[in-house]
Order: sequence, then C-alpha cells, then structure tokens
Amino acid sequence: MPAGSAPVILPSRGGIAGALSDIFWRRPKLLLFLMLTPPLLWLGIVYLGSLFALLLQSFFSIDDFSGLINREFTLKTYGELLRPANFDIIVRTVTMAACVTLASAVVAFPIGYFAARYARGKWKALFYLGIMLPLWSSYLVKIYAWKLILAKEGILTWLFAKLHLSWLLDAWLSLPYVGGNSLSVSFTGTFIVFVYVWLPFMILPIQAALERVPGNLVEASSDLGATPGQTFRNVLFPLALPGIVAGSIFTFSLTLGDYIIPQIIGTSRLFIGQAVYAQQGTAGNIPLAAAFTVVPVVIMGIYLWAAKRMGAFDAL
Amino acid sequence: MRSDRHQSAPLGLKIAAAAGLLFLHLPILLIFVYAFTMEEKSYQWPPPGLTTQWLAVAWNRPDVWSALGLSVKVAAVSTAIAMVLGTLCAAAVSQTKFFGREVISLLVILPIALPGIITGIALRSAFSLAEIPFSFWTIILGHATFCVVVVYNNAVARFRRTSGSLIEASMDLGADGFQTFRYVILPNIGTALLAGGMLAFALSFDEVIVTTFTAGQQQTLPIWMLEELVRPRQRPVTNVVAMVVVLVTFLPILAAYYLTRDGDQVAGSGK
Amino acid sequence: MTTAVSFEKVSRHFGAVRAVDAVDLDIRPGEFFAMLGPSGSGKTTCLRLIAGFEQPTAGSISIFGERAEGVPPYRRNVNTVFQDYALFPHLNVLDNVAYGLMVKGVGRTERAKQAEDALKLVQLPGYGARRPSQLSGGQRQRVALARALVNKPRVLLLDEPLGALDLKLRENMQEELKLLQRALGITFVFVTHDQGEALSMADRVAVFNDGRIMQIGTPQDIYERPQTRFVADFVGSSNVLSPDFVARYSGKRRWASLRPEKIRLAEKAGQGVAGTVRARSFLGATNRFTVDAEGTRLHVITPAGQPVPEDGADVSLVWLPADLHLMDEPA
Repeated sequence: MPAGSAPVILPSRGGIAGALSDIFWRRPKLLLFLMLTPPLLWLGIVYLGSLFALLLQSFFSIDDFSGLINREFTLKTYGELLRPANFDIIVRTVTMAACVTLASAVVAFPIGYFAARYARGKWKALFYLGIMLPLWSSYLVKIYAWKLILAKEGILTWLFAKLHLSWLLDAWLSLPYVGGNSLSVSFTGTFIVFVYVWLPFMILPIQAALERVPGNLVEASSDLGATPGQTFRNVLFPLALPGIVAGSIFTFSLTLGDYIIPQIIGTSRLFIGQAVYAQQGTAGNIPLAAAFTVVPVVIMGIYLWAAKRMGAFDAL
Repeated sequence: MRSDRHQSAPLGLKIAAAAGLLFLHLPILLIFVYAFTMEEKSYQWPPPGLTTQWLAVAWNRPDVWSALGLSVKVAAVSTAIAMVLGTLCAAAVSQTKFFGREVISLLVILPIALPGIITGIALRSAFSLAEIPFSFWTIILGHATFCVVVVYNNAVARFRRTSGSLIEASMDLGADGFQTFRYVILPNIGTALLAGGMLAFALSFDEVIVTTFTAGQQQTLPIWMLEELVRPRQRPVTNVVAMVVVLVTFLPILAAYYLTRDGDQVAGSGK
Repeated sequence: MTTAVSFEKVSRHFGAVRAVDAVDLDIRPGEFFAMLGPSGSGKTTCLRLIAGFEQPTAGSISIFGERAEGVPPYRRNVNTVFQDYALFPHLNVLDNVAYGLMVKGVGRTERAKQAEDALKLVQLPGYGARRPSQLSGGQRQRVALARALVNKPRVLLLDEPLGALDLKLRENMQEELKLLQRALGITFVFVTHDQGEALSMADRVAVFNDGRIMQIGTPQDIYERPQTRFVADFVGSSNVLSPDFVARYSGKRRWASLRPEKIRLAEKAGQGVAGTVRARSFLGATNRFTVDAEGTRLHVITPAGQPVPEDGADVSLVWLPADLHLMDEPA
C-alpha cells in the first residue's frame, strides 16, 4: 500500500442521512434533545401528569349529601384518614408490611448468602434461574397456587393431619387476630402469601450485596477467633445490611400498595390498597381514594430517604 | 461438584437455602397437579383422580381465547412502544454526560417503584378528568409506561459494558452517526434489547393491578383469572389456564436469561 | 513543502482545565513523530484533536494544508490505533479490518482482498475468521493496525499502542512499527509516556507538560540538549544542576544538565568534585551510584568492569566541560 495521495478531508456521504449525521455531530445536544423528547413526553405527560391529577384530587372533598366532588381546596379529606376506621386500615397495613419485610429478610438471607458465596459455575446459573423464574412467573397464578394450598380441604391441612399435628393448626387458627376459619381466610394466610410473592425481591439485593464481600473476610474473622455467630453479627450482617435495606424497599412498598392478595386470601378487614379500590370504585369517593394513595407514597418517601442515608442504593 | 479449594457450606446453611428454594418452587409445581384433577367443586388434596378432560374443556372456551388474544395484543404493542422509549432513554443517559440524568433515571423507575395501585388510580382519574373512554389504547398507556423501565435497565447495563472507544473507532474508520448505529451500536446492544423486550412482554402479559383501572369492561387474561379467583365459577378451567400461563411466561424469561447470561444480569429489580 | 499536520495557537480547554494551551506544532510528511509526556500533559488531547474527536476551543488545525476544524472524524482521511485497540467484538478479524472499506461502499470481494492484504502486512495472514476475543494482546494490536492501514490514511495516529504489551513483545513491535512506517511512507504520530520508546522510534519528539510543548527536536537534541529542567529530568533522568553549582565550575550562573553516564570517577583524589557514595546498584551492563557532592545529589553511571567504590566511600567526580549542557531556562 503506497502512501496515500487521496484527499485528506472527504466530502459528506451525501443524502439526508449524511447531512443529518454532520448536523448531529456538530450539535450533540440537539441529538440528545431529540432522543429524550419521546420518552420524557410520554412519562412526563402520561405518568407524572396523572400523578399530579391524583394529588390534586386529594385536596378536593366529596359532598356528603349529593355525593358529588366539590372542587375546592380543602384538607378535610386528609382529616378523614384519621377517623378510627380509616386509621386502623393504615396501621394494619403498615404492621403487615413490617412483618412481611422482616420475615422475607430472614428467609432470603440463607438463599442469598449461599448463592453469593458457595454456588459456583452450573450451580450459580441454577440458583439464579431458581430465583428469577418465581420472580417473573405470573403474580395471579402464584396467589392462586396459595389459595389451593391454604384451602380448608387443601394440601396443608392434609399434611398437618398426616403428621398428626392437626391440633397445632387448630390451636393457631383459634388465636385471636392471626387466626380464622381456615388459613385462607386469616391474616396468617395473607402474611404467608405476601412473603412468598415478594421473597425474590429480597433475595436478589442481598445476594448482590454479599457478592461484593470478599470470601477471605469471613475466613479472616474466624482466623481471628470469632465464632460463626460472632462472624455473622460483626462481619456478614453489617455488610449485607445495605442489601437487606434495598430489598426491604421492595417488600415494604409492594405490601403497602397491594390490594389483590388480601382480597383473595385473608379476612374482610381492609388494607390500604383495598380501601383505595373500594373508595374509587363502589363508593365513588375519588378524593378519599387519592388521599389514601398519598399515605404509602409519604411512607415510602421517608423510608427511601432513610435508606439512602444508609447507602442502600449501591446494592440495587 | 466443587473442587477442594472451595470450602463446603455449613449443613445448616445448605438446609435453609434448599428449604427457601423449595418454598419458592413447590407452589408453582402444585398448579401442574391441579390442572389434571378430577375434582370439580373444591380444592381437595390429594386429588381423587387424574384426567386430561379439562384441557379440552378449556380449549373450547371462547372467553378464555378472547382474553388471551387481548393480552397478547396488549403485550405486543406495549413492548414495541417500551422498546423504542426505553432504548432512546438508555442511549441518552449512557452516551452523554448531561445535567439531569439522575432525574431521568428516577422518572423511568418511578412507575414500578411506586405501588401499582397508585399508577392505576392515577391513570384512571386522569382518563376521567380528560373524559377519555376506556379502550385498547388506555390499557396500552398504562402498560407501556411501566414496561419502559425493563427495557431501559437492560439497555443501560449493556451500554455501560460497550466501550465508548468502539463508537470512536467506528467514526474514525469513516462511519457517520447512522452507520455507526447500524453497524456497531445495534449489534452490540441487540441481545440486551431483545431480552428487555421479552421481559417487558412477560411483565405486560401478567399485569393485573394497573389493568383493572384502565381496562373498563375489557378482559385480559389476568383479569379473567382475577374474576375466577374472587368468584370461582369453573375451577378446573382456571387450573388449566393457570398452568398455561406458567408455561407461557417461563419461555420469554428463559430466553432473556440465555440472551444476557454472559455479562450483565437480567435486571431483576426491573419488575 | 506542505506540513502533514499543523497546529497554530491551538487550545482545548475543558472548563477551567487547560488540557492543551496555545500549542504550535508542525509535523512533516512521512515523519515518525512522537508526543512524549506524563499523563495529563495534553499529548493525548492533541492526538484526539487531529483525529477529530475533540474540537479546539481556539486556534486552527490543518492537515496537509486543509483546515480541519469542524470536520467530523468520519470525514478525515486520518486513522487511529486506539490504546485499548477498540476492536469490534461482534465482528471477526476480517470484518474488523474491512470495516472502513465497508462503510465507504467497497464491494465484498474487493474489501476481503484488501483486508487480507492488510493482515499479511501485519503478519497475521489467515487470521480473518477468528474473533478478537480469541487473539493475544499482541495479535489484537496488529489487527488494530491493519484495520487503520487498510484505509490508506494520510496520517496514522497511535495512542500508546504498546502500553498493554509485555516488554519482549514491545521491543519487537517497536522495530516492526518503525520498518512498517519506512515501507509505507505514511506520517505516523505516536503518543507515549515512555521516553525510551519515543527516543528509539521517532524521527522527532515533542515533549509535553501541562498542556504545552516544552521542546521539539530529534531524539539526540532532546536527550543531549534539553532546554528546560522538566525535559532534562523527564527524558533519561539527567542530573539537573542549580545555577549556583554550575557557577562554581563553569563560571556561568545557568541551570545545566549533566548525563549520569558522562560522569567518571577520578583516579586520584583532589581532582574534580569531591563527594560521598550514598547508594549503588548493579544494572547488568552498568553500575549506578548516587553521590552527595557539595550539597547536590548526583547520579553516576559507569560501565561494568570498572572499579566499584564502597557505600560511604569518598570519591572525586570529573566530566568534560563540553558535557555540561547549559539550559535556556532562566536562573
């Protein structure tokens, strides 16, 4: 190949594509603007617009006599949230969310730890799929499966009978608050299904956090004379904590907003999601429904702020 | 079989991890047994006998077919929109440093970070304020909004892995912006986009919470199932549909996994 | 004669950072030109300005007499060998090499032929079907070279192309690049932080520091007649002598540089400069000492086989007056 004597500066490729290329190259901001416009218009108008409309409605009120929406700014609707019947719903939901989060963390930790530290090669892939498949498989089917399991005539009752433990199940069901006619119409049932459905959301961030812990840290700790319990308390748990907090954002938020699980498995006492659904649907009280939805948003806002301070977002 | 270099896990941990995984998988497996039960009226266990007759019964149900058809159409259109929007967003966020990219990431993630019921009721009240009647497109508006994030997450992860010098190399060799996109960027992010699309499809196909607020009288498959769950009419048909849904959603997820397995993870938090 | 690349008062500022600051530069056609300097000295930015990845904030750049500002990289007949090679992972070696021809619309058979020729040129014939991931570092480097050369660029830019290779491979590649450049007659502009590499390969060297060019010259010029303390220190770690020290021995109050290998140990005490040996190391072909002499620390390199003084021994150092190079830098 001889030294080129070709021109140094080539002409533009020509055509619209060539001209546009040159324009975008000279003005990268224009290209950026064009790329961002469609998604931002969509999310900004469709999504944020709707959210603001909702927020706005929470400051309206409903006329008690006519049942029509009174479009004047008022905090009256928020005041209604504090009525005992409504406040109970909030307390019940938050308590459930906290219990579900705690239980998910306990069940998820060994899985995440094993997957991060001991699973290798083929096992690692298997573990990953073993967590991803339940995560992505149908939400309703998962709930349906538990309806089958928890039914009075279902597999769990049968299992307790086979193990001669029916007395234990009956004793639990006769307890106030957590008990009920059968597991599928008790808070215990609601709780189990919540834990089941959100569990993968807890496992993944815990695994991600523990993946970053070098294995020799655990060995160093036991080398320095720590018992397995001390190693867990002083080394593993603090390092996994951002992962747990990240996972808890999902489990907490998802529990706060869900209205289908408690509707299908549980008692007739309402959760926030059900209250929203009922208020906007049969009751037609959109302002109160909107005010109810602000509750999980505010709780999650506080929660996220606290989580951010703990550095949980690095584990997402 | 691990080599000796890796120490083996303590027995207690093994048991706890195995029990956790069983807890995740047994309920789904149970669906497969119930699809073949002879029992019609209750959820009795163990099944009194097994039969394949309900497959035929479900096959001949027009309401199941029309719900399935609507779900597939909604998922296909939402996925297409989400792929365009998600890719644009990911490209803008990762190729350029500009003020506000954090805000954009947050905006994309918000529709799944906030509980679905909020998205649902917000859309519904916006439709009623704007006097938009429920239609196929009102469902799409909701679905595409939360599907964007799945495509976005997958694309961003891949963009991050694709070295910026590849784009410079392409331009250096004489390719203009469009040629670089066609010959370098697209082939490098293609599988990630496909994976994102698969997951978006699975997400949309399965969605019920937002859909109940945006569908009006229309029935997608999950809404059909929800009604069966609240007011069981024909349990055996529901069992069969549940099994089919499990099988149908597994395929895109497995495909997405194989498309992205070397390198970036399928964005698990993208649901 | 036109210049291959010409910078006139070129600056590239990133906010308050002056990556390149009012640089004047002329690179001659067919020349092997090295840009040498520590990281952050502006040499890579200069290369990117020639390639078109950066635009000057002030000044003008021309390539073979044609103004280059505002011309995108894809319209410059200039090609780059990237530091990380930037081979396209989704294409095999042949398609990588043929990429530039493909986007210019050269037909399939013709570009396959040219690409294969380019692979022969870099001594990788028959490697076309492999994936970049199946190649060693040295082979990737050759593919990157072939991919650039196949376009017959007027100027070839090389951004630390040997940085990722191990020593042995690096020495081979230095020689090969040099031969290739001679054979093709293309102007090579080569960025490196390794002064040995720059001196051994280049026809001329520009030494960069803080976004400015400190000195341009042949390797001999740069090595033997550094104009500033920075150049003397950066190129070949010369002894930099203070004006006071120099005044005592040459009568002129100027900064000066003195190459370690130009200093000899005096046979008799009382001659030259008296000092004490502080440290010594054996380097194979040479011995190296550090000597404290009258408040100045001097490095001395002597051929192996000559007598070696002990640590702490008192010695006298002598050098030829001509070897003491007075620098332009004001005292």
